[in-house]
Amino acid sequence: MSNTRPTSAEALDNLISQKVATLPPSGIRKFFDLLSSIEDVISLGIGEPDFVTPWHIREAGIYSLEKGYTMYTSNSGMPGLRQELARYLELHYGVTYHPEHEILITAGSSEGLDLVLRAIINPGDEVIIPDPCYVAYPADITLAGGMPIPVPTNEKNNFVVRATDIEARVTKKTKAILVGYPANPTGAVMSKKEADAIAELSKKHDLLIISDEIYARLIYGVEHICFPSLPGMKKRTILISGFSKSHAMTGWRIGYVAADRRFIQALTKIHQYTLLCAPTMTQMAAIEALKSGEPDVESMVQEYNRRRRFMVNRLNKIGLPCFEPKGAFFAFPSIKATGMNSEEFAEKLLLEEKVAVVPGTAFGSCGEGFVRCCYATSLPNIEEALRRMDRFLRKSNLRPK
Amino acid sequence: MKEIFEILEQNARATPEQISTMVDKPVSEVKKTIKQAEKDGTILKYKAIINWPKLEEEDIWALIEVRITPQRGVGFDAIAERIYQFPEVYSAYLVSGTYDLSILVRGKNMQEISSFVAEKLAPLEQVQSTVTHFLLKRYKEYGETFNVPKETNRRLPITP
Repeated sequence: MSNTRPTSAEALDNLISQKVATLPPSGIRKFFDLLSSIEDVISLGIGEPDFVTPWHIREAGIYSLEKGYTMYTSNSGMPGLRQELARYLELHYGVTYHPEHEILITAGSSEGLDLVLRAIINPGDEVIIPDPCYVAYPADITLAGGMPIPVPTNEKNNFVVRATDIEARVTKKTKAILVGYPANPTGAVMSKKEADAIAELSKKHDLLIISDEIYARLIYGVEHICFPSLPGMKKRTILISGFSKSHAMTGWRIGYVAADRRFIQALTKIHQYTLLCAPTMTQMAAIEALKSGEPDVESMVQEYNRRRRFMVNRLNKIGLPCFEPKGAFFAFPSIKATGMNSEEFAEKLLLEEKVAVVPGTAFGSCGEGFVRCCYATSLPNIEEALRRMDRFLRKSNLRPK
Repeated sequence: MKEIFEILEQNARATPEQISTMVDKPVSEVKKTIKQAEKDGTILKYKAIINWPKLEEEDIWALIEVRITPQRGVGFDAIAERIYQFPEVYSAYLVSGTYDLSILVRGKNMQEISSFVAEKLAPLEQVQSTVTHFLLKRYKEYGETFNVPKETNRRLPITP
């Protein structure tokens, strides 16, 4: 008798859940593969700081290992860290969270986002997101059993979702609005006016706001609007953030969620069965970051700002119009005048001039016609990259009229 | 204005055009500020930091602690000036603590430095005593590290 167990590749594929099997791979992945076959590439395709974590923070991590802090911490994170964090949030955004009941330390804000979505979504629930947006938003919503509902944004509205556009997509199944400003990939920030309008809308339709504020500290010449700090919004906002961007700590995997205690309780349930706790040495380093990392944040922001002005100015000069990004470390120039689509542009630029940018379409269909250029790289790199892009446009006679 | 100097301190070769974009000020204003600073001594000089050990040039450095007697009216300044005028003296600082001047001296060989101390520095009337520390290795100067392999980029080329 023949063996009935599935052995062919196709049959094995059936072992992967349909949800995962049909999940599209990140648009960035394809580029990554292409890129790794080419040498001497100047990459503007990176989504993390180019600074190494400040030494005193690394040193605190080393010290924790020396002292043998190698055990689990409480599920919610070390009490000292939660206290420092509560103080930090109060100081910077004027929003008060109880360190014991309203803060959960996670392994990066990515874990935080996943926990939040899994904790609130019932099958078929809809979550509204901006388009374009961070690559994980639609995927995480889908994995949690929900339905991502993209709201188009564009240059005209400075890539910020408008309350009226959101309202047009609210249905009986809408559970939450997921926003992330300052934004990856556009560098857009949300104004107080827009935030207020969205806050009102959320009250009107009884919706949750999930606010991913990972780039909150990287902001240039404007004030960051912290969603839970808006009147009456703390109880219906889940704040997600972390240390990766502000303190150049991406590889440490440390973030947090701050929200009303009923949400934190729910998140902690999932967290305790999955991560248990964020890495201990990382938590100790994060305490140091909060206690004395402020000068580092300020000097990094100042450095980013110089590069930002430089990049935006040059992009506009070489004929790739770019609205002024006031947050994060991305510029999002339009490449429409070249007649190419985002992917063609990025691929050609990479092959011909060895400059890597990320096609806007990796972040949603409204990213078509744009590419993401990260300025978290040295000025000489930015200069050289833009020189090559200029040559690329001239050579291909693509310079817009 | 301070920001212009910070940029130049990091990279003396930054052009007024580049700086003007970075600080969002007109080129003319940047040029004017730099010119004025060069004139009034805010910017003393533009120099390169050379990694001499890399060239395997013999190059001897010594850090000398000097105890001196201050003079009426001019305190430490007059004697400090007499000392720092010597071309062998690379840097000189008045410091608090058990001695008064900390000077960094550069010479071609040990002989040159010891004769500087014995013949020029120690005989000065106001110099009470000197302690000479020869530098064995220079790790970092002006915020730049020596002998460290150029930082290779450890970041992945594309990340979300």
